[in-house]
Amino acid sequence: MIDWINVILQGVLVGGLYAMFAAGLSLIFGVMRLVNIAHGDLIVLAAYVALVTTETLGVGPLTSLAFVVPLMAVIGYALQRLVLNRTLGEDLLPPLLVTFGLSVIIQNGLLAVFTADSRKLQAGDIEVATIRVFEGVYVGLLPLLQFAVAVAVIAALQFVFYRTALGRAFRATADSQSVAQLMGLDNRHVFALAMALSLAVVAIAGVFLAVRANFDPAIGPARLIFGFEAVIIGGLGSLWGTLAGGLVLGVAQAIGAHINPGWQLLAGHMAFLVILAVRPEGLFPKVRL
Amino acid sequence: MSEPPLLAVRHLDAFYGDFQALFDLSVDVQAGEAVAVVGANGAGKSTLLSSIAGLIRTRRDAVTFDGAAIGGTPAHTIAARGIALVPEGRALFPSLTVEENLLIGGQLKRPGYWNLRRVYELFPMLAERAHVPSTALSGGQQQMAAIGRGLMSNPKLLLCDEISLGLAPIVVRDIYVRLPMILAQGTSLMLVEQDVVQALKATQRVYCLQEGRVALAGAAKDLTREAIAAAYFGV
Amino acid sequence: MSVRVAFASRSSHIGMGLCAAALVALAVAPLWGGRDDLQLLSEVYTYVALASLWNLLAGYAGLVSVGQQAYVGLGAYVLFAFAILAGLSPLWAIPLAGIIAAIVAMPVAGLVFRLRGHYFAIGTWIIAEVFRLLASQVSVLGGGSGISLPASLVIAIASSRQWRDFIEYWIALALVVAVLALIVLLLRSRYGLALKAIRDSELAAACNGIDVLRTKVLVYIITAAATAMVGAFIFLQRLRISPDAAFSVNDWTAFVIFITVIGGIGRIEGPIVGTIVFFALRQTLADLDTIYLLTLGVVAILVMLMAPKGIWGLIVESFGWQVFPLERSVILGDRRVVSEQKSGG
Repeated sequence: MIDWINVILQGVLVGGLYAMFAAGLSLIFGVMRLVNIAHGDLIVLAAYVALVTTETLGVGPLTSLAFVVPLMAVIGYALQRLVLNRTLGEDLLPPLLVTFGLSVIIQNGLLAVFTADSRKLQAGDIEVATIRVFEGVYVGLLPLLQFAVAVAVIAALQFVFYRTALGRAFRATADSQSVAQLMGLDNRHVFALAMALSLAVVAIAGVFLAVRANFDPAIGPARLIFGFEAVIIGGLGSLWGTLAGGLVLGVAQAIGAHINPGWQLLAGHMAFLVILAVRPEGLFPKVRL
Repeated sequence: MSEPPLLAVRHLDAFYGDFQALFDLSVDVQAGEAVAVVGANGAGKSTLLSSIAGLIRTRRDAVTFDGAAIGGTPAHTIAARGIALVPEGRALFPSLTVEENLLIGGQLKRPGYWNLRRVYELFPMLAERAHVPSTALSGGQQQMAAIGRGLMSNPKLLLCDEISLGLAPIVVRDIYVRLPMILAQGTSLMLVEQDVVQALKATQRVYCLQEGRVALAGAAKDLTREAIAAAYFGV
Repeated sequence: MSVRVAFASRSSHIGMGLCAAALVALAVAPLWGGRDDLQLLSEVYTYVALASLWNLLAGYAGLVSVGQQAYVGLGAYVLFAFAILAGLSPLWAIPLAGIIAAIVAMPVAGLVFRLRGHYFAIGTWIIAEVFRLLASQVSVLGGGSGISLPASLVIAIASSRQWRDFIEYWIALALVVAVLALIVLLLRSRYGLALKAIRDSELAAACNGIDVLRTKVLVYIITAAATAMVGAFIFLQRLRISPDAAFSVNDWTAFVIFITVIGGIGRIEGPIVGTIVFFALRQTLADLDTIYLLTLGVVAILVMLMAPKGIWGLIVESFGWQVFPLERSVILGDRRVVSEQKSGG
């Protein structure tokens, strides 16, 4: 029994990370109806940027955030402004194909520069510290911290979306690009800001990923899939729903892994497929974002 | 007519793809004026407003505002210059509350008389429903919110596209009675209307469009019902 | 005065003539080509087939799948499973793979069609991942590391290596001809007309009585079956299978998508042009795997942004050619009155 509590707890904590993968995806889809297939690869890119930062500046992963987050945000702004804005429109092929192409480019670019070797960021003692919740039940301090940050990030995104002028601009532009222009909003700029925000979240997720586990250029697509599954399980249009979706996915994977290590990923996919079959709108759907 | 007009539209041709909607159209609005543009469905009234507001691309010198040629400028830049469009059908943002719609209207932060408090003074029923989703308002309230949203950017020129559309006459009167207050604060008006009677009462000059051309123009008080009907229907 | 709908045009007559000549030349390739030539040509055929099928799905039915590798792998595993477990001749296993894939595609469609647009695309990817993971769990077929085709079954195809090469080459040629013929026939049929209508406007198509969903599911299932057959052949030729190879996103989706985008989406000639470009590039940039993929990605993005109709699309717009007789024209008496081409059909 205690065993299972530990398993579920671990699943919940990793679910927070998945929710962070998903939050950036969800934001972009809400604002401009774009699914960024390169999303997972951008998370991996952020991990490598953090790696380079920590190695060249000699700082810890947490400090590297101060550099990685703004850099990724700028990359996001430029990417949207220069490339992705040109794909937006009625046809769904261009954004899909361009972001797919981007995914391939990022993966192979990272491969060329860093090789396929597995890397990891060292965070020091915090990586092995645990907290005793009660008899027999332990929780890693790092995963707990990451979970807390994930919740904070989602809360912050909610705040931005519903309580700031920027969030109003996002929602208005998503409602109607032409009427938003009448308010003096430049759509190209609004979309670019949304992508910058998304990549800022991606940056945090990337650094956490780098600290938590080994990473290499090829693991991007799996992160995209986890993020995507979290969004669908949780329900489109709701950031808190995305958090719930991440938790469900994390727990499903943890349970699967506990039964048989080879079943971890499959268990997650099964949870996703079951939700898709039985409740395709997700657990906590909102009609619109 | 010693002063140049605030808004001068000259020889405007407007197209939707291959379809030409406006032919060599010229109208203007003097500062402080209220001008009406009337005509049947499809006459090109909304196209005219969309062209002025920048939603439809035009030749550079086809539209001059405040002394500068603005044809072809993107819509968000034209809004920043002081032209606000209240679109046909209200077009409030469904994802935003009433107050959020007003606030985003004030996104540009242009200096002037209008702010949230004063818009609420003009339309008290909006204040009562400030935090309600904009979709929950009645047609008349939505129209007031849309006008209020337009005012929040302190425009020099407010373009109103068919504000009487789909509203009961008493509601329409309720809105029109407030237009003089808007004029008094220094915003000029161009009203596109199908309701000719209301338009004539509220404005100093009238243009009547027919199939993309100006069929009749003159001072509101000088034009007879017969003349307007003839121009409206093209008989 | 008679009214009829015609498909052919002067350019398609020429095009079909050229194709017939090329087909004859290629059919007798074992006479003039060496082993390497035959293998290269087989690879070209399989990519033309895979790209044409992806094009049918994405360019005509508007279903962008980034998970067709699911069926490549499924077909391949069916062939290996029946060969190893049931001793079935690999030649019979190819059509069997198609049938099984069609059956599997039905419940998959039931799931994945609950998603739309971009989400559909990622859903197909997840399905492929599930197939891959399931394949790794099947230890009797090699599990995660894979398995080779038993020598006895290989010999059963033909006793000499040379004749095996010839037979495999002809299978590849037959497959690509069959796939292209299937696509042409489909597009000339009323389903093809329905597809074009759906592509132009789903709402208008539905209003005209077209069952949009059923048409799309049908195309999905047909594409799955054909893809599986090509996949079965590919791994028959390789003699060895593993989950990562069979369900590789790079090999069976990335390359295929790039080929189709560069060659021209939504036109049957596009994937053929794209494959030629792809292989020409590969011969020049050989041995530079990562750089090669990177370059392909950049070119595909540039094409998508600047010439979304691809190389063949540009040619069509400039010259109005078609190689395959597919564009419908209305002929009044003896005059061609309306042609689909001019209106971008």
